[in-house]
Formats: sequence, structure tokens, C-alpha cells
Amino acid sequence: MSITPEKPIISKIMKDNMAKLLEENKRLDGRSLTQYRDISFATDVIQKAEGSAQVNIGHTKVLVGVKMGTGAPFPDTPNQGVLTVNAELLPLASPTFEPGPPDERAIALARYVDRSVRESEAIDLESLVVVPGKLVHIVYIDVYVLDYDGNLIDASVLAAVKALETTKFKKVIRENDQTKFSDELVPLPLKERPVSVTTAVVDNKLIVDPDLIEEQAAETLITFTFTEAQDIVAVMKNDQGFISPEQVLEALKISIEKARELANKMGWWEGG
Amino acid sequence: MKPEGLVLINNEGLRTDGRTLNDLRKTEIILGYLKHANGSVYYKQGNTKIVAAVFGPSEAHPRHLALPDRAILRVRYHMAPFSVEERKSPAPTRREVELSMVIRNALEPIVISELFPRTLIDIFIEVIQADGGTRGAGVTAAALALADAGIPLRSLVAACAAGKVDGKVVLDLNDLEDKYGEADMPVAYLPTLNKISLLQMDGKMKVEEFKEALSIAINGCMKLYQAQVGAIRNKYTLEDQG
Repeated sequence: MSITPEKPIISKIMKDNMAKLLEENKRLDGRSLTQYRDISFATDVIQKAEGSAQVNIGHTKVLVGVKMGTGAPFPDTPNQGVLTVNAELLPLASPTFEPGPPDERAIALARYVDRSVRESEAIDLESLVVVPGKLVHIVYIDVYVLDYDGNLIDASVLAAVKALETTKFKKVIRENDQTKFSDELVPLPLKERPVSVTTAVVDNKLIVDPDLIEEQAAETLITFTFTEAQDIVAVMKNDQGFISPEQVLEALKISIEKARELANKMGWWEGG
Repeated sequence: MKPEGLVLINNEGLRTDGRTLNDLRKTEIILGYLKHANGSVYYKQGNTKIVAAVFGPSEAHPRHLALPDRAILRVRYHMAPFSVEERKSPAPTRREVELSMVIRNALEPIVISELFPRTLIDIFIEVIQADGGTRGAGVTAAALALADAGIPLRSLVAACAAGKVDGKVVLDLNDLEDKYGEADMPVAYLPTLNKISLLQMDGKMKVEEFKEALSIAINGCMKLYQAQVGAIRNKYTLEDQG
């Protein structure tokens, strides 16, 4: 069951100020409407995990760990490894996050990261099969939100893909009907590096990478995920409120451009 | 994996259920389907069958959930164990949790909730048979149930999916097309305000295909909206009083 949450209250002076600045195409923190906050990342931050990365977008911090396991494939995809994504909105990240099992926001975030990675065919899942229908590698992506200052989706998708990129694991090999782990670590085969871009509608203006205050003031949010070839692999209008079809198309246009910029920052999609 | 030899769109451009690319499935609407709910509907779109009910506005319980300036909505999207091929456990899945949220987000903007502060409006959506497009059908049905309950609305909202199947952009995917097609994109549209309140996509589409899909989905929503209005008129227009 999903219940209307309490909307955070923003002071009138802040709202008025934001609206006034937006009229001049400016934002509270001095950015232009289509400018991201500073993005930084670190990889291999958790040595116990097969892959890990932390991405910071402004004050938003997301840590992703990748663990590898083995098990049975899903019955309907006997020739593919298994991908599972989980997200935790940690209580230390925001006063609005509660301890306990993932709530609807965490589930929606995890499922969006899952769609971005799965539909872009980022991971070569077919290469993770040991015995078709019986034994495959399982990729566990755990998204850990450490600090929430808006735009969790983009930070989570970037961190998840970066963590996958650094993943090295011991592969199960078959020898004369016996299975054993390889001695050497092998990298997880990645075919694609999907990137998502989130746009907020505030006072009928579109702004990319909303921070927390902008998210709270936003009419609604829309996120697109792209592959390097500019295929759209996931879309989600998030939050209450609505958006006009014209604004969807405008957000799409901005997002295409921004996706390439973000990818380049992460060292991907070079030469595009 | 698509089974060998499965053709979703034949040489004549017809789909597995005989529709053309831009056809909606046949809909059936029975308003006031349930006796005790304040508003209810039985909604059928092709083989997707939904029962939706609305209770309220009533006092919000538990009390701490109440908001001082508006009614809160509580939405449950739930699939019956027998609604799909393999029995589904009746416990809520992650998918149902997410869908309950996106459907609530699609309905929030239509309800004039500030008229009923401190109250709760319950919206229950039961998918009794799933054949693709259940979240869209859930939104369309819930809007009808809200109207049937007499809750003041800014607009109706209708929803349907567009997507990509066998390389072609199509409207209103059925289960086979959803499973073995390339992309599925549910859209909820408020025709009187020209606004979108639900938009998701899952699959792979080129930018041009996305634009085309969005445009035919909106057209589909317009047609469903007319069906909604027709059903409400049918039930609530008074007989000729001379």
C-alpha cells in the first residue's frame, strides 16, 4: 500500500527567491538550469566486495558494492546469469529515511537501477552461465545511500555501473564434470555503460540535477537512461504532480546532451 | 527469450489478437460494480480484468498519517494469485509496492484533496486477470471508481501503454507483446489539462520511436477517456423528466 507522504515545507521566502531566480534562468546555488553539481567518484573503496564505487553529486553520496555469488538461474532464462539490485535509504542519509526494510522509495530506486542495467544489456549475462539451467553466477548490486541531497537516481546509476566496471571475481570453471573456482580473478564482462539524467519541473522551468530543496519545490521529476548509441532504456516520471508532453520532449532533448557529458566525466563513451 | 517462430506482427501488419498497430483492445466498464464501496468499477481491457474500489473520504487511521491541509490517498495495487500463468503468492511483491506508488502518484494530481483535510481516501485495485497493461488499466479503473464515489476531481485520468514490438511502435501491448517485445511504456494522461501523470518505460527504444510511442499513447488515452466519460454519463444522466 502506498500512502501520501507529508510534503516537506519550504519557507515562502525560499520559494519566492527560487522563483525569482528561475525567471532569470538562475538557481539558488548559482548553477545554470542545465548544469550538474560537481561530480566526483572513487572506485575499489570496499576491498571485501568484488566491485565497489562511490559517486558524489554535490552533497549527495551513494556507495555501491557488488558481490558475486552462484546459484540456479531463473527457470525462464536458463542461459543467463542472475542480476539483483537492492537499495537502502539509510537513516543516516536523511531525517526522512527510517530504519527497517526498504520502503517504496527504496524499492522504486532499486528497480530503476535494475532496469537501467538490465535493459541496456550492460552485463553480458550469458557469459555468466556455468551449467545451463543449473548453475550460474549471480551479480548482487547493493545501492547504499549515505547522504541524500537530491537526485539519488543519477548518482545510484553512475555508482552502480562504475562498481560493475571494477568488479573482478573468481569464475566457476567446469573440468570433467567437476566445478571449481578459477585461481585468477577475471573482470565482469561489461557491454554497455548506461547513464541516467534527471530533470525537475520547477515553476514551469526545467532544471537538471535538482538538489534537495529543488526536488522539494518541484512539480515533478523525470529521469531518462541512455546507452552510448543513444537508445533510451528506461524512463520514469517520479513523484506526485504532472508534466506536459511538450516538457517531456524538452527534458528528453536536454537529457541526451547531458548523458554524454556525464559519461565523459566517468571516463565512458569517449570519442562521441 | 522469445520462443522460436513466434510472430507478433504478421505480414499484413496484424498482431496476435488481430489488431492493427494503433488499435486499443476492447474495453468494458461496469460502474458501481460493488455494493459496499463508495465507488467501484469492473474494468476490462482485452483480457486484462480489474476490479477497483474507493472508500472515503473517511477519518484517517492511524491518526498520525493525517495531513492538516489535505486528504491523503492510500493506494493498493494487488494481483490475484490466479491472475497470471504461474500462481503468484498473495503477499505483495516489490513490483506491486512500486506500482502502488506510481499509481498513487498518477492519481494525486486529479483528486482535489484540499477539500477534505485530515481524511483518508482508500483506493483498492485488484487485478483479477493480467494480460499486459495492468498498471495503465489500474489507473483508468481507479479514476472511474473515484468519480463513481463522487469525489471532486480536477480531471479524469486515463492510461495505456505504447511500446515496441517486432521493431514496430504499437499501442496497448498485450501480455505476449509485453513479454517478447522490445519495450513497454505506460502513460497516464489528463486530457482536459494536457498533462502526463505517469510515465515509465522499460526496454529499448530509439529517441524517434519514443516520441512516436508517446504520441500514440496519448491518443490511446484520449479514446479511453471518452469511454470513461461515456460510462459515467450512462450511469448518472437522469432519465428524461419531460
